[in-house]
Amino acid sequence: MNKHSDTGSASSSGRRRRRAPGLALVASALLAAVSACSGGSGDTTASASSAPASAAADRTPVTITLWSGFTDRELGVLGAAVDQFEKTHPWITVKNVGAQDDDKIVKAIRAGNAPDAALSFTADRIGSYCGSKAWIDLGPYIARDKVDLSVIPQVSRDYTQFGGVRCALPALADTYGLYYNTKLLKGAGYDSPPKTASELLDMAVKLTSYNPDGSIKVAGFVPLWGFYEMAPAHVAPVWGATWTDGAGKSNFHDPAWTALLQWQKKFVDAIGYDKLRRFTSGAGDSEFAETNLFETGRLAMNIDGEYRTAFIHSEHPELAFGTAPFPTADTRTDLYGAGYVTGNSLGIPRTTTGRNLEAAWQLVRYLSTDPAAQTLLAQQLKNVPTLTPALSDTSLTNDARFGVFMKIYANSKSGTTPPSAAGSADQDTLSALAEKYQAGSVADLASALTAADKQVDAQVAQAAGPGGGGAP
Amino acid sequence: MIGTAMIGTAGRRRLTVLAFLSPWLVGMLVFFVYPLITTVYLAFQHYDLLSPPRWVGLANFRYMNIDANFWPAVRNTAWMILVSVPVTIIFALWVAHVLGKIRRGAGVLRTVFYLPTLAPPVAATLGFVYVFNASTGPVDRILGALGLPQPLWFDDPSWAKPSLTLLAMWGSGAIIVIFLAAFLDVPMELHEAADLDGVNGWQRMRYVTLPTVSPVILFAVVTGVIDGLQYFTQGYVAGTAAGGGDAGAGSGSSLGYPEGSTLFYPVWLYQQGFQYFAMGYASAMAVVLFVAALGVTAVLLLVSRRYVHIPGVS
Repeated sequence: MNKHSDTGSASSSGRRRRRAPGLALVASALLAAVSACSGGSGDTTASASSAPASAAADRTPVTITLWSGFTDRELGVLGAAVDQFEKTHPWITVKNVGAQDDDKIVKAIRAGNAPDAALSFTADRIGSYCGSKAWIDLGPYIARDKVDLSVIPQVSRDYTQFGGVRCALPALADTYGLYYNTKLLKGAGYDSPPKTASELLDMAVKLTSYNPDGSIKVAGFVPLWGFYEMAPAHVAPVWGATWTDGAGKSNFHDPAWTALLQWQKKFVDAIGYDKLRRFTSGAGDSEFAETNLFETGRLAMNIDGEYRTAFIHSEHPELAFGTAPFPTADTRTDLYGAGYVTGNSLGIPRTTTGRNLEAAWQLVRYLSTDPAAQTLLAQQLKNVPTLTPALSDTSLTNDARFGVFMKIYANSKSGTTPPSAAGSADQDTLSALAEKYQAGSVADLASALTAADKQVDAQVAQAAGPGGGGAP
Repeated sequence: MIGTAMIGTAGRRRLTVLAFLSPWLVGMLVFFVYPLITTVYLAFQHYDLLSPPRWVGLANFRYMNIDANFWPAVRNTAWMILVSVPVTIIFALWVAHVLGKIRRGAGVLRTVFYLPTLAPPVAATLGFVYVFNASTGPVDRILGALGLPQPLWFDDPSWAKPSLTLLAMWGSGAIIVIFLAAFLDVPMELHEAADLDGVNGWQRMRYVTLPTVSPVILFAVVTGVIDGLQYFTQGYVAGTAAGGGDAGAGSGSSLGYPEGSTLFYPVWLYQQGFQYFAMGYASAMAVVLFVAALGVTAVLLLVSRRYVHIPGVS
């Protein structure tokens, strides 16, 4: 760069010469700072979501696209179900596209070129999808074709609709329960897994062994929030803790939450926060690796989803383990057998053209309500089917350890996190508070929970926008 | 006729210049000006990425007083600006000073100190999280072998930001090289004059070297502060990795692990915009960031007039 090029004439004052680079820096700062956040409004043209009166009779050959987050083998499994669909719907060809997460789905919707159908791995986005009609309302199609939704357990119906809009149908669920190492339990004199929170704590303390330097060698159970699948949401159903009250407001002031957090803190203190933290620090991000602490025998008991059975079968078939419902609060033994449920959601993203809606609906309907499709997917993906008839399929129930999760799913007291206009803000807010409380950084839990309620309500109101209740 | 011809020539020359500038101009308009204007526009809208924006006036700005994570995020970012940036700059100055004194092996050492700059921020952060792992990391093992306290580093809210500061110091090779060039550029006659005056080492640094390189220090401070305001990647990756690998929405592992200590302003902005779909609010946060960058930079430049020495300027 010519060093005289931007300094003006030789007579330029020193002040001006000083200001020039200053202004350049300011300008750079402004541009850099503001461009940190940008977003175009995108094409938000909504397509009509009302179902044609008799479009089912239209069998003009059509090709539609299905997006999902599956890859490799799992994408192939979905492909097998799609093949079955194409046999029963020969005029429809499906392009089965994998590795498409929710961020990509949202971007495609904004660009007006969304896929005809999409499978989301998270239920946390349903509030946004349904509230904004970014996924079209399936209600008219369901009513027109008289689809019986009662074959889908209520818990899955709950997390696939929001604000009275059913914009998705479930397609396989994740259910959470207790995994236990039978060899370690027997070694400590236990023949069966714990059924209450107190039993879990006592057994975990007894099962925990230490190295000569005092660090944990084998943990009985790691109660730290944030470790693997140990999250307030995953434990809440067996404590009877609810996310919202009758008015739809945040309900962290529910005494069940206080009891749950206090029990967990007592659990952490019984072993030692620093010891547990150092132990989990060593585990890194091994949850979905062969070095998973439970799979490698360094963890006697753990909360996890049904999919872990497939991981163990594949990675550590020699592991002697059992599964059971997660222990309940001591005062809520009536909840034993229940658990946390979430899962995949199938829907039809909004496009600017509304093309192939009928074919997309046929595919969504097939994958979510056809027992053969559900059974095939559940068998191969080792997830829980979201249809009551498929829950009794012997090919699934033959595996007793997997069958436990089918029963948890079918349990009427199992619960989920209610879809929210603010996505996962409620879970994130509670997790942040719980994390601080377990570390001893929260002196007044009651006040902190009340503040968390206010924060979530404010976030939901903010997400709902002016007037509320509209698009989040 | 002559005047017309001259205007035509000047016009053609302007068009030619414009043609050469056009690639930059297009990039500037598309990637800076348009996002800038859009962000300011969206700051006054309720916008969820999926529905048409709706005018909400100053509601997004008012929400900052309600948002319980807003001020903690501001404090975390301020900590990085007020502690990490000065520490990193002082460290870089010291290293550059030492490198300037070394005669043998200087090239190798300069390369060694510069190399970390080449590491992608995500990879470097993951590496640091591993090295400072409280259970398996070599740092704590060495500390333990020496009988010294073994912090939890990225797992301890009081150590997380200092750990990130160590990461910033490790990766300060670029500014070290710039400081080194500035030190080497101090006129020899100034040093000779100082020698004649019988100054000691500290006086030489205080009255000769630092004033001469002060414009470079100002550059480092301004860019460091702006980087601090936008501090995202390292904080997000460290929090996510140390927290167990998944700080995504709804997971048990909360954002800003541990205990919100790495929840920096841009991280919270990102969470609002792209996880909670509150893009209007996120845009308002970006506008505040913009104003903060403007204010801080302006103050720095004003204050610098008293301390920064520019040759030829009284």
